[in-house]
Amino acid sequence: MDLLRFITAGSVDDGKSTLIGRLLYDSKSILADQLETLKKQSKTNEHADIDLALLTDGLRAEREQGITIDVAYKYFSTPVRKFIIADAPGHIQYTRNMITGASNSDCIIILIDARNGVIEQTRRHSIIASLLKIPHVIVAINKMDMVGYDKNVFTKIVSQYQDVARELQLEDVYYIPISALKGDNIITNSLNLAWFEGNSLLTHLENIEVIKSKNSVSRFSVQYVIRPQAEELHDYRGYAGKISSGTYSKGDEVRVFPSSISTSIKQIEVNQKEVQTAYAGQSVTIHLQDDIDISRGDVIVRSNELPKIQNEFEVLMCWMDSNELNAGNRYILQHGSRRVKALVRDIQYKLDVNTLSQESYPGAVKLNDVVKATIKTAEPLAFDSYLELPVNGSAILIDQTSNMTVGACLIQ
Amino acid sequence: MSYQLDYLEQLESEAIYILREVAGQFDRPALLFSGGKDSITLVHLALKAFRPGAFPFPLVHIDTGHNFPEALAFRDELVEKIGERLIVRKVADTIKKKGLKEKSGKLASRNALQTFTLLDTIEEFEFDACIGGARRDEEKARAKERIFSVRDEFGGWEPRKQRPELWNLYNGKINKGENVRVFPISNWTELDVWNYIKRENIELPAIYFSHEREILEYEGQLIAASEHIKLEASDIITRKRVRYRTVGDMTCTAAVESRAITLDEVIAEITATRISERGETRIDDRISEAAMEDRKINGYF
Repeated sequence: MDLLRFITAGSVDDGKSTLIGRLLYDSKSILADQLETLKKQSKTNEHADIDLALLTDGLRAEREQGITIDVAYKYFSTPVRKFIIADAPGHIQYTRNMITGASNSDCIIILIDARNGVIEQTRRHSIIASLLKIPHVIVAINKMDMVGYDKNVFTKIVSQYQDVARELQLEDVYYIPISALKGDNIITNSLNLAWFEGNSLLTHLENIEVIKSKNSVSRFSVQYVIRPQAEELHDYRGYAGKISSGTYSKGDEVRVFPSSISTSIKQIEVNQKEVQTAYAGQSVTIHLQDDIDISRGDVIVRSNELPKIQNEFEVLMCWMDSNELNAGNRYILQHGSRRVKALVRDIQYKLDVNTLSQESYPGAVKLNDVVKATIKTAEPLAFDSYLELPVNGSAILIDQTSNMTVGACLIQ
Repeated sequence: MSYQLDYLEQLESEAIYILREVAGQFDRPALLFSGGKDSITLVHLALKAFRPGAFPFPLVHIDTGHNFPEALAFRDELVEKIGERLIVRKVADTIKKKGLKEKSGKLASRNALQTFTLLDTIEEFEFDACIGGARRDEEKARAKERIFSVRDEFGGWEPRKQRPELWNLYNGKINKGENVRVFPISNWTELDVWNYIKRENIELPAIYFSHEREILEYEGQLIAASEHIKLEASDIITRKRVRYRTVGDMTCTAAVESRAITLDEVIAEITATRISERGETRIDDRISEAAMEDRKINGYF
């Protein structure tokens, strides 16, 4: 049994919350007492049926206003897979929330209202999926019950979307007609949509092959140095961290950055047991042959797979704070477990997330804007481009006075 | 060459990563230990994250005085076995010192009062991060909380001012006086925890398994008869075979009838149940729709 993280993109109007409610309800992840509460709430809101959307709106303000403000995480399992759903709001004023939810997703479900076809919002969600390199896309054409389960409606929207997918170079796209409200094609294939030959949504989700990264260069960032106080362990010096990509084996020739010192791997521990090789995703402790000065934030890579080492680079950045960004502002940049001082030197353009067009940017960057910028750091950073290796090409900017996370950076 | 981690290995590795981020980012962290299965799981994960070194934080127990004796005994044995530091602060002392008013009624819970003791303890030891075993599947306000949840000087949670949490980059930068609550098993469900306990062979207090106990049936819930609840002449106490699905205070945790004596039997029962963990066993959540949101805003963990 493995794990798949996906995000649902769409607004309440597209039936996003209903879809999530439906997945939870039909996979029996909603239990009797939660259903009871739901029924009570549905009555207060004067809905005749159970309002599945109420399941996902966890904050009082959201329930009162009937909108999703923040990312919520929901969980369900089938015998073959555990699923984590990031339920993010879809409107443009919540672009930052969607990027947050998308940053950890293996798959995105883009909801399209069968009555409306591909609209501006569909394009925006697809652009975000392509910017963040989400490996798998599901285009769920919802509310098929409202268009008489008409195959022609589905076919027409698929062909509309294929243009978008081509333009954005989305690779793995799955099209499926559904009705979240009626439960058609969600868990099992629906007779109402007998003309559809593909798998139901859940069956498809169960069968997506999760590829963490196509790139297998080895990246490891030191989180913490384990140095026991005990006398008999006074030589023990273990570099603790999680392998972000690739593999590490005993004996590998490695380089440590930013110092650039070469050494080799003496020993690798997983859960205090020595292993020959450790893999991406594992939390491990690495021991090196030579006694060199290494601390939190240092990166250990294999000598034949060097990352870029630069103190100036371009980023595509989503601005996440209500305080504006201006060229010349200074922040803290966090990349892996490393924090360095950073200067936003120059802002080249603003990207219109509805059209992908570039606007030469006149002034301040506002909340939810996506811009191309140049960042200079106080010390060089060991990174890869986000396109090649997202896990080592992502960074955040932190405001030094408010400590807020203000920028999400995709290093180019 | 690659190796696909299964879901429990992924959850475990993520939790270890988060614990090590706490160690790396904070000067004075603490692990809040309640004696329940979730915090016992956290201790197990911390052993994996930091051994053969010592924990970079003490365990902190906010003792309401309403604990199950079995949970306290288990706590002391565990601390003895792993040789880590335990700090205990008692709600009873806070009540005395601050002249707080205890709730009255049949089940006079100290659940709300423990927030005072927690905040005082954070201040006393200047903790900048408190690790807790809360999970997002427990409750819908928790489903919205970050893994690194920044609290203001009053311990308050402001849901609308949460920091975006992107990729695996956790921002724990705070000003003096603020602190961060960290939830390494946010993405685990109740069943994930049980399956992990089984896989890792983690020891639990015996009250998680079927045992016989004197029980008061009150408003459909099974409450352990103890000196902490007010019994009246009309109350009928019966002996039942029960186990606990969660272990909190004796006054706000209900038992479930069960004959499950092994982990497999417990897991089979939980898989089959149609009632949620908090719905079945947590009396403190039944107050209002936003009970948890309100308590968090006031500094609850």
